[in-house]
Amino acid sequence: MFDIKSYEKADTVKQAIELLSANPDAKLIAGGTDVLIRLREGHEEFSSIIDIHHLEEIKGVEMQDNMDVRIGAGMCFTDVIESEIIDQTIPIVAEASGTVGGPQVRNVATIGGNLCNGAISADSVASLCVLDATLEIEGIDGAREVPVTEFYLGPGKIVLTHTEILKSIYIKAENYMGFGTHYYKYAMRNAMDIATIGCAAAIKVDEGKVETLKLAFTVAAPKPTRATTAEQFSVGLDATSENIEKIAKKALEDLNPRDSWRASKDFRLHIIETLAKRVITAAIIDAGVQL
Amino acid sequence: MITKEIEFTVNGQLITLDVDIRKSLLDVLREEGLTSIKQGCGVGECGACTALIDDIPMDTCMYLAVWADGKDIRTSEGESRDGQVSKVQQAYIDAGAVQCGYCTPGFIMTSTAFVEKYKGQKVDRDLIRKEHSGNLCRCTGYETIVCAVESCLKD
Ligand SMILES: Cc1cc2nc3c(=O)[nH]c(=O)nc-3n(C[C@H](O)[C@H](O)[C@H](O)COP(=O)(O)OP(=O)(O)OC[C@H]3O[C@@H](n4cnc5c(N)ncnc54)[C@H](O)[C@@H]3O)c2cc1C
Ligand code: FES
Ligand code: FES
Repeated sequence: MFDIKSYEKADTVKQAIELLSANPDAKLIAGGTDVLIRLREGHEEFSSIIDIHHLEEIKGVEMQDNMDVRIGAGMCFTDVIESEIIDQTIPIVAEASGTVGGPQVRNVATIGGNLCNGAISADSVASLCVLDATLEIEGIDGAREVPVTEFYLGPGKIVLTHTEILKSIYIKAENYMGFGTHYYKYAMRNAMDIATIGCAAAIKVDEGKVETLKLAFTVAAPKPTRATTAEQFSVGLDATSENIEKIAKKALEDLNPRDSWRASKDFRLHIIETLAKRVITAAIIDAGVQL
Repeated sequence: MITKEIEFTVNGQLITLDVDIRKSLLDVLREEGLTSIKQGCGVGECGACTALIDDIPMDTCMYLAVWADGKDIRTSEGESRDGQVSKVQQAYIDAGAVQCGYCTPGFIMTSTAFVEKYKGQKVDRDLIRKEHSGNLCRCTGYETIVCAVESCLKD
């Protein structure tokens, strides 16, 4: 039994917003894989819930006329992984989704819930950061769009205000077309474990030279972080193993991992550099370039 | 107490309930006598509470009972018919994949969905392991379980 004190089911986004607005203590529940665990652990701040589990409006994956891709925030990871549109346009999102929990978790946990719980280890985030995804948000004061790279404020903290709901994730055609991508989750176990460090890269190579590199890390700083110093440094460099080593070293300048029981700061720094090398290399190969 | 009327089928039988909204599907299924649903961890780690919801394996310990409204639910009890165990259940017995048995009904449901999905396709042991990574077993060491699943895919 969960200690739920009030329960309302929302059938539309509008209704969810109105219910949130009417109750300052209420929290949304989508897949429940965070909320129900918190309730199980006795966290009272989740005892008033607004149920958006069945909300059709925030499900679905679509390719728009201009080739931008929309992912409904309410899509569970299994549906993301099995989406043909995602496979053909932004496979890195499916790749990252496949590293979440185990099958039963992926069958119910949503990509929107993964972003909104604010966990710095959230597995979908790094991939969305290198795709420069835009988040479509709506609240009582209207709708707005926020780049995923500006969505996080700190551990467990995101920009959503109380009445706001994340509706969709948009990825622009210009941000995936022509890019090679890769995501790697470093964890202590191969399944059912949270990331020690997560790393995603998207790269465009033109005539053997790096045209654009986007490199993002999770758990490497108080919030998901793009390694902008490394990104800028990489522009125009020959896509060679030697240069990848240099770019990976640069990435350390942008990051500040913590010490925790899971891994020490030194170990995390070592993983960051190793992953940066590995992930950039895989992304270059994915872009069809021989190293 | 807040309640909500829900209707769902379990192992082919229609059930209508005025359910306490605080309950997990695990609570409700066990109260209905379906004690093959086990609570191991209660937090989505072990899979002992796995049931198929519209043929998809779910941890019922972190699934609100109210979400079951309109769903088709299968548990290990329903896989045996007329005193005859299912093919997957028989394969577990034949492979020696059952020791204390606590994890078994959950594993059986994950395997049942897996076999239904991948029947006739080429499947390697890694995929079997990956798709069963949401179920834990403290006894068998998993090898016999993988063998049981493999044998179900053969013919
Ligand atoms: C056993 C287990 C293993 C896990 N493994 C991983 C893992 O490997 N990697 C990983 O990243 N995570 C993991 N998780 C955490 C969790 O499953 C994910 O973060 C998941 O994506 C959360 O989604 P949900 O729909 O279940 O969220 P919920 O629990 O429904 O919600 C999470 C939070 O987001 C808010 N929220 C949900 N949807 C919206 C929305 N549309 N708009 C605004 N706010 C919203 C809720 O109010 C709540 O605060 C694991 C969890 C469990 C139980
Ligand atoms: S009891 Fe549900 S996953 Fe362990
Ligand atoms: S047989 Fe004992 S836990 Fe699996």
